[in-house]
This record gives sequence, structure tokens and C-alpha cells, in this order.
Amino acid sequence: MIANINGILIIDLVLLTLVIITAVAVVEVRNLFSAVILAGIYSLLMAAFWTSMDAVDVAYTEAAVGAGISTILLLGALVLTGTQETVRRAVHWPALLACVLVGGLLIFGTLDMPKFGSPNAPAQQHPIYHGFTKQNVPKAEGGKSAEDVYAYNTLHPEDAGKHPDYFHGHVPNQVTSVIVSYRALDTMFETAVIFTAAMAMIVLLRGRRGNPLKGGLL
Amino acid sequence: MILAQLSTQLFTTDLPTLIGGLVLLLGVLLLLVRAIAGPTTYDRILAMNSIGTKTALFVALLGFITKRPAFLDIALCYAILNFLGTIAILKFVRYRRLS
Repeated sequence: MIANINGILIIDLVLLTLVIITAVAVVEVRNLFSAVILAGIYSLLMAAFWTSMDAVDVAYTEAAVGAGISTILLLGALVLTGTQETVRRAVHWPALLACVLVGGLLIFGTLDMPKFGSPNAPAQQHPIYHGFTKQNVPKAEGGKSAEDVYAYNTLHPEDAGKHPDYFHGHVPNQVTSVIVSYRALDTMFETAVIFTAAMAMIVLLRGRRGNPLKGGLL
Repeated sequence: MILAQLSTQLFTTDLPTLIGGLVLLLGVLLLLVRAIAGPTTYDRILAMNSIGTKTALFVALLGFITKRPAFLDIALCYAILNFLGTIAILKFVRYRRLS
């Protein structure tokens, strides 16, 4: 007898099967309008899956960008092109081989990683402290984190002032700490990505005659 | 009675919510068939809209399974986004442009 079935796991498996069906349909369908609609459905299903993976922020981005903005942008591209894809059935074997090889390498790379959600993973065990970033999140007087630091310092007077950020008032996980506590680092590189994207768009579209985005999106 | 025993023995989440989720996903599967095979454009748009509604319901259900009522707010936001997306698509179909 099966000891313990996780209901969420069953739901996740069914959901992922639906996602795979949709992805195959997006590739296989010939009518471009249906492909756009199916891509939107794919994003919605992925958003549901992210939510069940407890990544609510990712899910929300997926729903807003994937199902909202992307669908609209793809429809905008559809205005400029035809609605039917030209049929090209031949399989490009070197490309398929490269895809399988790279995918296999990536999966092989994950074998070295710590177990999913393991409390012993390095990211959980080495908290980031102010020496890493030279940036401190101030601890307000009377706030929870200030109390924590005070309690820690009274318990370990020899450590007082040594590790001002050591776990207290901070997220132990390094990645979460950088994203949530040290917002500026995260935002800086996000801005760099968006800046690069904007420059690429301008370089690609500037000075083209019949620029479809002139007066519209850009 | 037997069902309740089963649900405490076999499943970490209770059985009714699991069945609810599976039925919801069955609905998504049927809509997916309509979206892929649907003869007219409107079948596909309706399928996408309904799948968006089902996603919102799924998020709400997940909030009940994991006992986090804050998920209801996320479900509401999904409903709004879904509505806006459908409006944009319908506008494209009607006028053949977006601006």
C-alpha cells in the first residue's frame, strides 16, 4: 500500500502534462492566431504552476507579462505578417542534436546540486553580511531586528559588534537576502538588463522606413 | 466514512480539495481541446478566457489547500488581467490593429 500521496504533487503532474500538451500545440499549429492564443494559455497554465510551486511573485509576472503583454505584442506582430505559417516539415538534425546535447549537459550539471529545499544547501548556511556588500540595512530602535541584535549581543557578549548582520533581522538565504534586503544590487542589474534591451530596440528600429512602432509603442 | 479514513491515511492534503483541483484541471483539458481544434477564432478566444478564469479558481483553491486566504487577492488580480487580455485580443480581431 502506498504510504503517503501528496495531493499537490498529483495536481502538479496533471498541470505539467497540460503545459506540455499546450507547448507541443504551439509549435505544431499552423494558424498563427491560434498559436498566439495557445501561447497565452501556456503562460496562464505556467502561472498556475508557479503558484503551486509557492513562487507567487514569479507567477504574477508570468500572468502579467506572458499572458498579458506578450500576447498583445505578438498580436502586434501579427498585424504586420500573414496569419498562416509557411509549412516547413524537414527536421534540422544538427540543431536537434545540439539541443539534446545542451539539454543533457544542463541536466547533468544539476546532479551536483544539493537536494531541492535541503536545509544543508550552501545558500542556506552562509548568511550574507555587511562585509559582502558594504551596505547595511539600518535596524530601527525598538524594531524587531534591533531587539534581535540586542538579545544576541546579551547572550554572546564576546561576539558583540562582530557580526552586525549575522542572521538577525536578515534572511539566512543568500539569494533571498540579496533580492529582498539588499534591493539596490538587484535593481542595478535589472536596470542594466532593461537598458540593454532598450538600446537594442532603438538600434534595430531607428531610421527604418515604415517603422511600425513609430507613434505607437516607441 | 471510508472516504474520510482514506483521506487521512493516504493523502497529506484532504481528498475533497484534491478532487476539486483535478476536476478543475479536467475542465482545463477540455478547454484546451477547444483551443487547439476550435474551428472559429471566437472558440479559441473563449477557451483562453475560460482557462484564465480556471487559473484564478485554481489559485483560490490552492489558497484553501495550503490555508492561505491571501491567495484570494491574487486570484482577483488574475481575473482582472484576464479580462484586459481578452479585451485586447477582441479589439485586434475587430479592428485588425491595436492602437
